[in-house]
Amino acid sequence: MKSKFGIKEVVAIGIGTALFVALTEIQIPTPIPNTYLQPRMAIMAFLAAVFGPLVGGLVGLLGHALGDAMFYGSVWWSWVVPEAVVGVVVGLCAAKYAVKEGGFSNTKTIVLFNVMQVIANAAAWILVAPVLDIVIYAEPANKVFVQGIFAFLGNIIIIGILGTLLCVGYSKIGAKSSSLSKED
Amino acid sequence: MAKILSYEEKDTWIHRLSGVTKLIFFLLWCVVSMMTYDTRILVLMVAFSLIVFKISKTKWKQVGSVFKVVMVFLVFNVVAIFLFSPEQGASIYGTRTVLFHIAGPYDMTAEQLFYELNVVIKYFTIIPTVFMFLVTTNPSEFAASMNKVGISYNVGYAISIALRYIPDVQGEFTKIKHAQEARGIEMSGKASMLNRIKSTSSIIFPLIFSSMDRIDTVSNAMELRGFGKHKKRTWYMAKKLQRNDYLTIAFTVIFAIVALVFTFADGSRFYNPFL
Amino acid sequence: MEPVIEFKDFSFKYRAQTEPTLRDINLSIMPGEKVLIVGPSGSGKSTLAHCINGLVPFSYPGDMTGTLRVGGKNPSEIGLFGVSQIVGTVLQDTDGQFIGLTVAEDLAFSLENNLIPQEEMFVKVDEVAELVDVKNLLDHSPRELSGGQKQRVSMGGVMVEDVEVLLFDEPLANLDPATGKRAIALIDQIQKNRKSTIVIIEHRLEDALYRDVDRIIVVGEGRIVADASPDELLVMDVLKEQGIREPLYITALKHAGCSISAEDKPQHIETMKLDAYQKSLQTWFDRAEPKEKKARSASALTVEDLYFSYVEGKPILQHIHFDIKKGEMVSIVGKNGAGKSTLSNLICGFYKPTRGRILLNGEDVAPLSIKERGEKIGLVMQSPNQMISKPMIYEEVALGLAVRGVPEEEIKERVYETLKICGLYPFRKWPVSALSFGQKKRVSIASILVMNPEVLILDEPTAGQDYRHYTEIMEFLKNINENFGITIIMITHDMHLMLEYTDRAIVIADGHLIADDTPAKILTNEQIADKAYLKKTSLYDLAVNCQIDNPSEFVERFITYERKQRAAEGKENPENG
Repeated sequence: MKSKFGIKEVVAIGIGTALFVALTEIQIPTPIPNTYLQPRMAIMAFLAAVFGPLVGGLVGLLGHALGDAMFYGSVWWSWVVPEAVVGVVVGLCAAKYAVKEGGFSNTKTIVLFNVMQVIANAAAWILVAPVLDIVIYAEPANKVFVQGIFAFLGNIIIIGILGTLLCVGYSKIGAKSSSLSKED
Repeated sequence: MAKILSYEEKDTWIHRLSGVTKLIFFLLWCVVSMMTYDTRILVLMVAFSLIVFKISKTKWKQVGSVFKVVMVFLVFNVVAIFLFSPEQGASIYGTRTVLFHIAGPYDMTAEQLFYELNVVIKYFTIIPTVFMFLVTTNPSEFAASMNKVGISYNVGYAISIALRYIPDVQGEFTKIKHAQEARGIEMSGKASMLNRIKSTSSIIFPLIFSSMDRIDTVSNAMELRGFGKHKKRTWYMAKKLQRNDYLTIAFTVIFAIVALVFTFADGSRFYNPFL
Repeated sequence: MEPVIEFKDFSFKYRAQTEPTLRDINLSIMPGEKVLIVGPSGSGKSTLAHCINGLVPFSYPGDMTGTLRVGGKNPSEIGLFGVSQIVGTVLQDTDGQFIGLTVAEDLAFSLENNLIPQEEMFVKVDEVAELVDVKNLLDHSPRELSGGQKQRVSMGGVMVEDVEVLLFDEPLANLDPATGKRAIALIDQIQKNRKSTIVIIEHRLEDALYRDVDRIIVVGEGRIVADASPDELLVMDVLKEQGIREPLYITALKHAGCSISAEDKPQHIETMKLDAYQKSLQTWFDRAEPKEKKARSASALTVEDLYFSYVEGKPILQHIHFDIKKGEMVSIVGKNGAGKSTLSNLICGFYKPTRGRILLNGEDVAPLSIKERGEKIGLVMQSPNQMISKPMIYEEVALGLAVRGVPEEEIKERVYETLKICGLYPFRKWPVSALSFGQKKRVSIASILVMNPEVLILDEPTAGQDYRHYTEIMEFLKNINENFGITIIMITHDMHLMLEYTDRAIVIADGHLIADDTPAKILTNEQIADKAYLKKTSLYDLAVNCQIDNPSEFVERFITYERKQRAAEGKENPENG
């Protein structure tokens, strides 16, 4: 587990948060009404996979709080905290993904990343978010669980597709290319 | 890009308060607003928020477009609560006063209306303070003050970097989007979900990869200029706490305690007018 | 006196590489010296700079042999922070180096890290702001600054620490010529006033020599291949061998058959002794062929009375009017922020003009969508990294066709054909990441060419490239222009590019079109050059100082001669890149 808090991590949190905030309003509609996929989730998962749980968690926390405040004028803490949970959990296996070192290309790693992100999203949106909504805001349980399940589905789709692609793509950049030969 | 809330320089006593003070106020205000369902306190808080908003000389055009977005959310949420749980009010307040029947299992009860009114008021206790906080707090001074309330300067500086690069990232996003649109990648709402993911990824890929390069450059630049050398650092933009800061903090803390004690005095966080 | 930087039998190998990047380096730099380090990309000059400022080995680990002393100390012992107290570095990427939210904070950044009390910081920041002339900008955010201003802030940000050595990593790369000139003058002034040691890494030799330097060090393939005074170096052949462009006036004199000696003081054209060469230069001029005039008739892109503003009453562009003919290669020049990119955004349809029309082949493009325009007018962005979104070369080039629903077979045919034109066919199965920067640039151009556009707009096609890569990219563009009839428009502030590769330059300053003429005429017109933040070419000074009566015709003939020469070389060596 990487948990160093050096300059790289500080900058990764800063620029990662800037990316997260800047992409707040980029939303992809789904066939389900009023449910959107959020590409910013994929970016957070990617950063967590590269830099570890601390960067992932703080990008989620700061990015969600700042993004909501700046674009929507309100901060829903019950949805900010789960965001950090996703970042931390996805980042737990950062050393195993070895994205920068070119390790994120075999099926095993891709499966591990996706298992982690499904666990992370389940914990965040089916457990933490609804519970906080009920405890803090006294919202109706059935409503918040349904909302949570939609958020869960949306996020595992976007991270599963876009997040995986980002990791694979970035890993390819770091990979050695000595086995290539020109063809006429 | 949509208009986002940002700092504007003005000279009011709220602008002159330290970022720490405003942060403490904002966080405690959020806590109280989250915890209490006592309508009397919530109404008091809305009134107070509006007064503060007024004093801060914030103009409607600074916040108007964002306000409209919040209203859409608010309406959506209120309707959703009713659809999912029309009896939530009745179960909270313990009585059930039917005003009229709507359809199927849906009755409009006074308790439900009152509960949802409280939800709406809660929004309004927070919105003006978020607006006020963002438009009156100088971001530079804010990062400096994070450190003062005991948050590691690493986190404070990460926030400072985030605020520094948000406009750059937005600009780069727009540039890349344009270039990809010219290549024929469509971002319009007509495309299917999978195609939308594909077209979005054609912007996000270049954006992420150039951001990763930027992370390297910026961390080198910071390291070369001694960032992280000592356990502490000083801040050019730090503001010493003034009398008004102490008064504001004291007021906020006292208010929070009183409000919470008052709320929970009867053992429930709800104010119940139906008893 | 002890040298402030000393390499002895020094070699360095990056951990991930098998071969050393630097070999047998012996170099001493004395306090107060001003040294210019030149070398092509990949020569090891950046690694040399990283050894001086401590990024090697602290951020980029590897194996070192021999000795290195910075300020008399061993960097490995004093650490990166110790080195940064002695050497201040101004990076090439001024946006990356600008860390603070405002100018004042950025200047104070290293003071903050050194725990300097706030009151003291206010004083020091004011002092240094005065020195680099940003005093009236202290509360500005980086967004509100020009490239030159950001660079001055970067300089201030390292000088605030009283460092002994100032290291500049390609300070001219992102600046327009006039701003670059000002930067070099400021560096010179700082050295004179503060007696600092100055090390400048740069491949634009002529521009860097705008002010005196004590020594020029040439790095090639990891070794120091020359270490001499500018006057001595400019008469040697080592620059040409290493693929570094010598000043144009030296090249012109060499074309005229003059053998220059160090006694002529060739460092500055203004003060160089030219009496002995006047005659041969005049003879060369009389014999050299004038430029061929190509008659062109059909219009490709016409802009009629174009206005644009975001906010009413604050126009970004006003009354822009020009007509680009089919098959032309044109440059659009002007200082940063003059409205050049806005113009290309309007042509591509990202923005709508407030007034005026844009015509393609005589037809108004207003009704066309961005996508439809994209099929006729291709836009290539400055950095290929801003465009490439697929990991494989084939997929990247095929993208534009695939989203247009072109059948698979046809895509394959067209992609292969385009890859052949771009010299990328042998790499068709490679990932993009395995390519060099120049090759990536060609991929990004190929991904546009595949759609058969009639007009190609390129934003700073050669930014940050050394002479060899510059030539490679530009010869490639010239080839597609001449052999495939594609009209090419380049947005640039590179004077060599406009002079050598375009027949016409459209000059924009403060939102107005101020000239539309041959580059030779523009770069010999002081008034226009000043307004557009360009500078006169040194060929002009050469011609004037040698009493040639028509300087702009002289420039014209020089360019014609050079083009012929390059074409001949190209034939000998058809492998391009």
